[in-house]
Amino acid sequence: MRSDIFFLICLAVGGAAFAGAMALDNDYVFFAGYVVLQYVVLSTAWNILGGYCGYVNFGTAAFFALGAYSTVAIHKLYPLPIPLLLVVGGAVSGLVGLIMGYLTLRLRDAFFAIATLALAVVLQTLIVNWDYVGGSRGAFIVRPEVIAPLGNYVRYLCLIMLLLAVAAITSARLIERSRLGYGFATIRDDELAAEASGVPTLRLKLIATMISGAFMGMAGAPFPYYIGYVQPSSAFGLDYAINSIAMPLIGGTTTWVGPLIGAILLGSLQQIVTVTISSAINLLIVGFLLVGFVIVAPNGIVGLVRGFMQHKPTGLFGRRRLGVNAPGPTP
Amino acid sequence: MIFSFDLLINAIVSGILIGAFYAAATAGVSLSFGILDIVNIAHPAFIILGSYVAYVVNAGLGVDPILASIVVTPAFYALGAGIYQIYYVSFEKRGQESLRGLAFFFGLMFITEVALVLYFGVDYRYVEASYIGPTWHFGPLDMPLRILVPCLVSLILIAVLQLVLTRSFVGRAIMAVAQDQLALRLMAVDPIRIKRIAFGMSIATASLAGAFLIVIQPVEPSVGREYIGRVFAICVLGGMGSLPGALIAAMLIGIFESLTATFYGPSWAPAVSFGFLLLTLAVRPAGLLGR
Repeated sequence: MRSDIFFLICLAVGGAAFAGAMALDNDYVFFAGYVVLQYVVLSTAWNILGGYCGYVNFGTAAFFALGAYSTVAIHKLYPLPIPLLLVVGGAVSGLVGLIMGYLTLRLRDAFFAIATLALAVVLQTLIVNWDYVGGSRGAFIVRPEVIAPLGNYVRYLCLIMLLLAVAAITSARLIERSRLGYGFATIRDDELAAEASGVPTLRLKLIATMISGAFMGMAGAPFPYYIGYVQPSSAFGLDYAINSIAMPLIGGTTTWVGPLIGAILLGSLQQIVTVTISSAINLLIVGFLLVGFVIVAPNGIVGLVRGFMQHKPTGLFGRRRLGVNAPGPTP
Repeated sequence: MIFSFDLLINAIVSGILIGAFYAAATAGVSLSFGILDIVNIAHPAFIILGSYVAYVVNAGLGVDPILASIVVTPAFYALGAGIYQIYYVSFEKRGQESLRGLAFFFGLMFITEVALVLYFGVDYRYVEASYIGPTWHFGPLDMPLRILVPCLVSLILIAVLQLVLTRSFVGRAIMAVAQDQLALRLMAVDPIRIKRIAFGMSIATASLAGAFLIVIQPVEPSVGREYIGRVFAICVLGGMGSLPGALIAAMLIGIFESLTATFYGPSWAPAVSFGFLLLTLAVRPAGLLGR
């Protein structure tokens, strides 16, 4: 399917879902929907580097918080409209991703993973010590109560996140089917062989890190408006890091469908568990699901479904092959 | 900034003392990440688990926390051996350790932390022992015993580990498995068994490091996160598998952190280890005493 048609279909599906939510006329749907969509963006962004290139980023929270704190910093100077804030947050996070990648991506992949873990701690240290954005006390953002045609302001934020999710998914699918995506797949499957065949691996890895970081930053940019009060411990929450890894791995990492399925399933599950049981339990559930899935079903739900369709047990012994990007279920 | 010689000397000495503890915390990572090439990012979480075990035994039975941690090392060893078995069967054998193996350890780290939060809450916990209160004074030098005692036991631990690795058969086999698995197999040694033993040892050191940590400072479940950057920075800076290298690197980082905390404020200290890590990776990835 052509990408522009795919984009329009995504828009139509998203539009229909949004119209349905408007018809329900319940603000909680938008509150919960925003969080789920935010995870769709984060896990799709993580998957561009993690799933396509095979480089693990543990620092989702850092990139997310960079986006959120760019918004806080700009809001203090002069409140810009949110779409512009997305651009700024994305640019800042993308740039940091590029610099980090340049320092660590030339080495073995484990170093990159460790550096991203440490990045979260260090950025948090910087933010805690930066009084302008509130330091450890946090910062309040006063948002308008209502917005003209939609009603409650949360609906507007949810709509923005929906559009961002559509953009992220379309980009991910576009990358997957382009020269860039095939380049990424060669890095994932055998970096040495790719390098030897003339694939510019470092440049491709830097591009992936930058795109992935930028989308994470964009997902974080509207966060201060959503939550109203940002403090370092909420913006750098470990749940962003674990969820953005768990969702693609549970859904399936080699296609754009995986993170989408994982984010919608796990995100909704968490919303339900948070409301009915407790928010600490739901993180424990995510941890167990992640460990369980990587052991039992290494190719995630997409792998399980594909194995079931082909009547082959690809769950336990299936291996990814180079360049095999079989299309998932068409929407 | 007021510069005082006493302050400087005290900062350096306390950096060296705390550095010895950092080395003990890193010893496990040097074994697993440095020698076996298993990126166990959950190691700091196991250290915190060790702290809580020491806390429970200390609060319940009144046993000295460090003694308690030595007694429970077999349990930690068994835990480590079990985890390695799962890791080997699910990831190493299938050649999927880079992406899914990392995610596996990340999940373990997360489960450990959240389970501790759910059971113990997020309050800081501390232990009681005779050496926790007093401080020795040598002229201008202050040496709190709560840091000095873990420092000395850490040095003993490192020395014992180094002796085991270089002198005993199992230790030499562990060093060999890092270099050539096939050759080890030709010598009629099962490399998987050796790796299991090594990983068990690495987790067993977490029990001790955990007890040192809770003697030095009160502990709550998320404290482990600060140690991720630190232990890996030390491991890389020290030259991956080298324990003496790790000790030197740990003391360097300890000194720099302590100087930063003294002259710029403690809230800046966590950034030091990351700066070191990035600098090392960019300039000399082989570390100080690289193989």
